[in-house]
Amino acid sequence: MATYPLALEPVAPPRPGALRRAWLVGRRRPAALIGALVVLAFTVMALGAPWLVSADPTQSNWKTVRKAPTWEHPFGTDDLGRDNLARVVWGTRISMQAGVFSILFAIAVGVPLGLVAGYYRGPLDQALMRLTDAWLAFPFLILAIGLVTILGASLWNATLAIGLGATPTYIRLTRGLVLSTKEEDYVQGARALGAGDARLMGRHILPNIVSALLVQATVQIPTAIIAEAVLSFLGLGVQPPAPSWGTMLNAAQQFLESAPWMSIYPGLAIFVLALSFNLAGDGLRDLLDPRDY
Amino acid sequence: MVEFLLRRAFISAITLALVSIIVFAGVRAIPGDPARVLAGAEADEAGLEEIREKYGLNDHLVVQYLRWVGHAVRGDLGVSIRTRQSVAQTVATKLPITIELTILSIVVALAIALPAGVVAAVRRNSGWDVFMSGLSLGGVSVPNFWLGIMLILLVSVRLGWLPASGYVPPWDDPIDNLRRMIMPALVLGTGLAAVLMRQTRNAMIEVLGADYIRTARAKGLAQRAVVVRHALRNSLIPVVTILGLQMGALMSGAVVTEQIFVVPGFGRLIVEAVFTRDYPLVQGVVLITASAYVLINLLVDVSYSVLNPRIRIGGGGGAAGA
Repeated sequence: MATYPLALEPVAPPRPGALRRAWLVGRRRPAALIGALVVLAFTVMALGAPWLVSADPTQSNWKTVRKAPTWEHPFGTDDLGRDNLARVVWGTRISMQAGVFSILFAIAVGVPLGLVAGYYRGPLDQALMRLTDAWLAFPFLILAIGLVTILGASLWNATLAIGLGATPTYIRLTRGLVLSTKEEDYVQGARALGAGDARLMGRHILPNIVSALLVQATVQIPTAIIAEAVLSFLGLGVQPPAPSWGTMLNAAQQFLESAPWMSIYPGLAIFVLALSFNLAGDGLRDLLDPRDY
Repeated sequence: MVEFLLRRAFISAITLALVSIIVFAGVRAIPGDPARVLAGAEADEAGLEEIREKYGLNDHLVVQYLRWVGHAVRGDLGVSIRTRQSVAQTVATKLPITIELTILSIVVALAIALPAGVVAAVRRNSGWDVFMSGLSLGGVSVPNFWLGIMLILLVSVRLGWLPASGYVPPWDDPIDNLRRMIMPALVLGTGLAAVLMRQTRNAMIEVLGADYIRTARAKGLAQRAVVVRHALRNSLIPVVTILGLQMGALMSGAVVTEQIFVVPGFGRLIVEAVFTRDYPLVQGVVLITASAYVLINLLVDVSYSVLNPRIRIGGGGGAAGA
């Protein structure tokens, strides 16, 4: 006896998976794909620095002071005879660390505050908004310089200062997204079904604003990377002999005429990394916006 | 209208008050005894006590804050520890230099951004448009201090066309002043140009789709007249707003640019003050910078509402300052 299915399983149209969508966007926007790949390459470089270059980035060598690029030292050597390629590769670690952790800090502090402000409104919201107004009145770099003066110059303090500088942006962005999302039918529906505040915020609102926050992060990480380089360049970030691109450029400035390669490569690394983040961010915006692919 | 202005001014006043509290608290948070900083390392305990008495450091923090704000409002920002000159006077001598640099960089940015943005919008999706947005992305991504170093390397060291550093007041020698300011202005203006170019393009695209543009075209006006007289003028309003919000980025940029080109302005003053631990100077300079930002954006918002009466209640500046 033949068996018949009791009900037809609804045949779902083949939904493009995340990977496939990434491929579609990547094919349509090769620049974004290249950007993402370069960011990936820098990440590998940051993680694998000890295995990628054999030269010690902090070991000075008086026999190889300010040598022009050769096969042995493709990026040349610096004023203390250190291999510039090794320093640029190791510098990736510092830049990525400052760029990524500062923005993670800003997200960790800013998103919950923005969520609460936008969800509950009222005096708390008003107070937070006036506070972010005041905080945003300090130009990013001047705020960071001020904070580093208080905290002392080091990589972690620079990271914290940059993170604190980026926090109000996240508070405001999250708040704005929450304001529009919480009026949506599915949130109102969940509320009608008896979902509590925490559940509404955590399960219904947050997942729907995550993609916008992620896109914002890809725009802010390059800004943070440049900010770390600037602080280190001014002597307020990573301290020598640690190989930060900013400190390298600071040292290179005195030898512009005799050793131009010292100033070219660290800056080029910052530029390429920041540009790649921005390109990838543009692509990510397309990828996460299902209306447009 | 009046209500909007009052509301906006009230919010700015609250912001300024918070800014002053943050600056005051920030300087108090610096580890170490402020009396020791003022007196120097060799002062004994009696000397320290005298200093504390003289500057009211034994008073309650609220009293100290109110006294500081009271003085600041009247233009008295204290005395630099290092030079013993008044902070207000020190700032007054440095500020015009940075204002000149900033104005020049805005001119550079507009000279690049407006034509490029207009052309990109008019020839939307053309090769020119793609090239322009690539250039704009590059302008946002390039660290301006490295751009400055590369310009010095190329223009001053290799070609020897322009001096790499130094400052000559315009009233001494206007030509030499410009020769020394053009590279810093270009470096400072690059990031701004990139942002403004995007803004101009987007605003132009929106305006070019509007009914009155179609009307203007239907009247038989030439493309040039339509674009320049009708579309560009109306696209300028959002561009001005962005310019106001970008003032913070310009001030940050000025710090680095002045450092590289050895321009003795406000930005260099901040870095010097930080390195010499000249806290009254740091405090005064940061307070002035933040207050200026608040006031400039108040002005921008007010002019915006005057230019466009439909905007009565603005959303406030929500864009990221970077």
